[in-house]
Amino acid sequence: MRPLSVPERLAKNRFNLDEQECHIEVDQKIVKATGTGRDLVACCAAHVYTEEPDGTISVEYAACLECGACLAVAAPGALKWHYPRGGFGVQFREG
Amino acid sequence: MPETAEPDFEVIVVGAGIAGCVTAYQLARQGRSVALIERGESPGSKNLSGGVLYARGIQNVLPGFLDEAPLERRITRNCVTFLNAESSVGIDYKDTRLADPVNAVTVLRAKLDAWLAQKCEEAGVFIMPSVRVDRVLTEDGATGKRVVGVQAGADEMRARVVVAADGVNSFIAREVGLRAKEPLNHLATSAKCVVSLPRETIEARFNLVGDEGAAIAVVGDCTEGVGGGGFVYTNIDSISVGVVLRLDDLTAKKKGVTEIFDHFLAHRFIAPYLEGGEVVEYGCHLVAEGGLNMIGEIAMDGMVVVGDAAGLTLNTGLTLRGMDLAVASAVAAAEGILSALERNDTSRSGLAGYRERFFASYAGKDMKTYAKAPAFLEIDRLYTHYGELFANVLYGAFNLDTEPRRHLLSVARKALMQSPVKMRQLISDGIAGARAL
Repeated sequence: MRPLSVPERLAKNRFNLDEQECHIEVDQKIVKATGTGRDLVACCAAHVYTEEPDGTISVEYAACLECGACLAVAAPGALKWHYPRGGFGVQFREG
Repeated sequence: MPETAEPDFEVIVVGAGIAGCVTAYQLARQGRSVALIERGESPGSKNLSGGVLYARGIQNVLPGFLDEAPLERRITRNCVTFLNAESSVGIDYKDTRLADPVNAVTVLRAKLDAWLAQKCEEAGVFIMPSVRVDRVLTEDGATGKRVVGVQAGADEMRARVVVAADGVNSFIAREVGLRAKEPLNHLATSAKCVVSLPRETIEARFNLVGDEGAAIAVVGDCTEGVGGGGFVYTNIDSISVGVVLRLDDLTAKKKGVTEIFDHFLAHRFIAPYLEGGEVVEYGCHLVAEGGLNMIGEIAMDGMVVVGDAAGLTLNTGLTLRGMDLAVASAVAAAEGILSALERNDTSRSGLAGYRERFFASYAGKDMKTYAKAPAFLEIDRLYTHYGELFANVLYGAFNLDTEPRRHLLSVARKALMQSPVKMRQLISDGIAGARAL
């Protein structure tokens, strides 16, 4: 099997992108103070989180597979994460 | 307790997974008015599991399940393996008795749950797809906060009972205080690919006939020593392959999910299963791993919690269960709710029948039987040194290097001496395992 990159794997999925509402919000101050950014990056199978050269964490919410691991590992207050609005986000055909 | 405003439905179920669908189905069949709210575009579209469903329980609910439901394969071959970088040691258990009567099946949830929701609709459940519940509606009652409905966007819907079937992250159970933020050792994250392959290839590769299926579970090198494991499950014309990684260990060992998953997919003993296949979907899912300790209160005034939302999963070392527990909790919850509705008392004490019925069921008893399993499975050596140790014992036995043979016990003792595992650890882990599993 050709080992696909994460973006290539995600491209196989069907997403209904919500262009009006981002369901993930990072508090950069708390991320910096706690170092929790590394865990956000590491636990996300969809590579939603990226640590930028300036130490902030950028978010690609369109790729989110909605598992909730980031919310579980995040330091208190570092992350606001809820599900996308009804009908939006990943739509599994296999599951 | 008097119930004031007239409800829109007798019961609102939040989440059309297995637990939600079965609860709704059982209630509707008894003539109760039920709404089933699902945030996905259609039922099943947000749902993902590894893929093995132990199917006896759901057959009691839906007698046509095996013939009508969109199932994949009937598992007749179970492999549980310590997978090292260059060796593997495990059991390979194949038994045609597991196909008749059918014990476990592989499923793809987007397909299965769509079918379950259709059964619900036929039974009279009002299904509301593409609706995200934002919060629960509560009122102050005589015995504290009472759930009276849900809010989705600008819409409010009221019910005598709300069923939280919204999965492992259950925002609504957290909102009302039935669930707290879980410690990380109670949670694992799982990444999975569905890889398509011709069915003949799958049958030849896994030594299967017809709709027989194989379930392979591995621990060790596949997760680079992180607590958890990997799986390879056969579907009809695809393979579900994934890793499950305990979040406390993943973060402590500073490893990334996707790096470990890539390592697993490329492993010399895993890659051949997938050769020639094509990834058709990529998903991930949070898995409850806390066992009995994770189950807290599952009922309050006006609300019950079922399935993953209640923390109902079970890893016994050999079997990985969640979906059958979802069914069992749903059946117990529906009975508890029916009894509460009949007595016109949907308070916490009125709904207490749910908990009693669940813990009287085989599923609830199993949760208690395996209460010590999660702690046992946190022993780091299971994912690091034991696989190598077992392989070294067998290497000593099979590798006839023209040295005079020694008895197996002596070979084992030498392998143990060379391993980081100490004799007392082996003994205490053995005893703990025997007690836990």
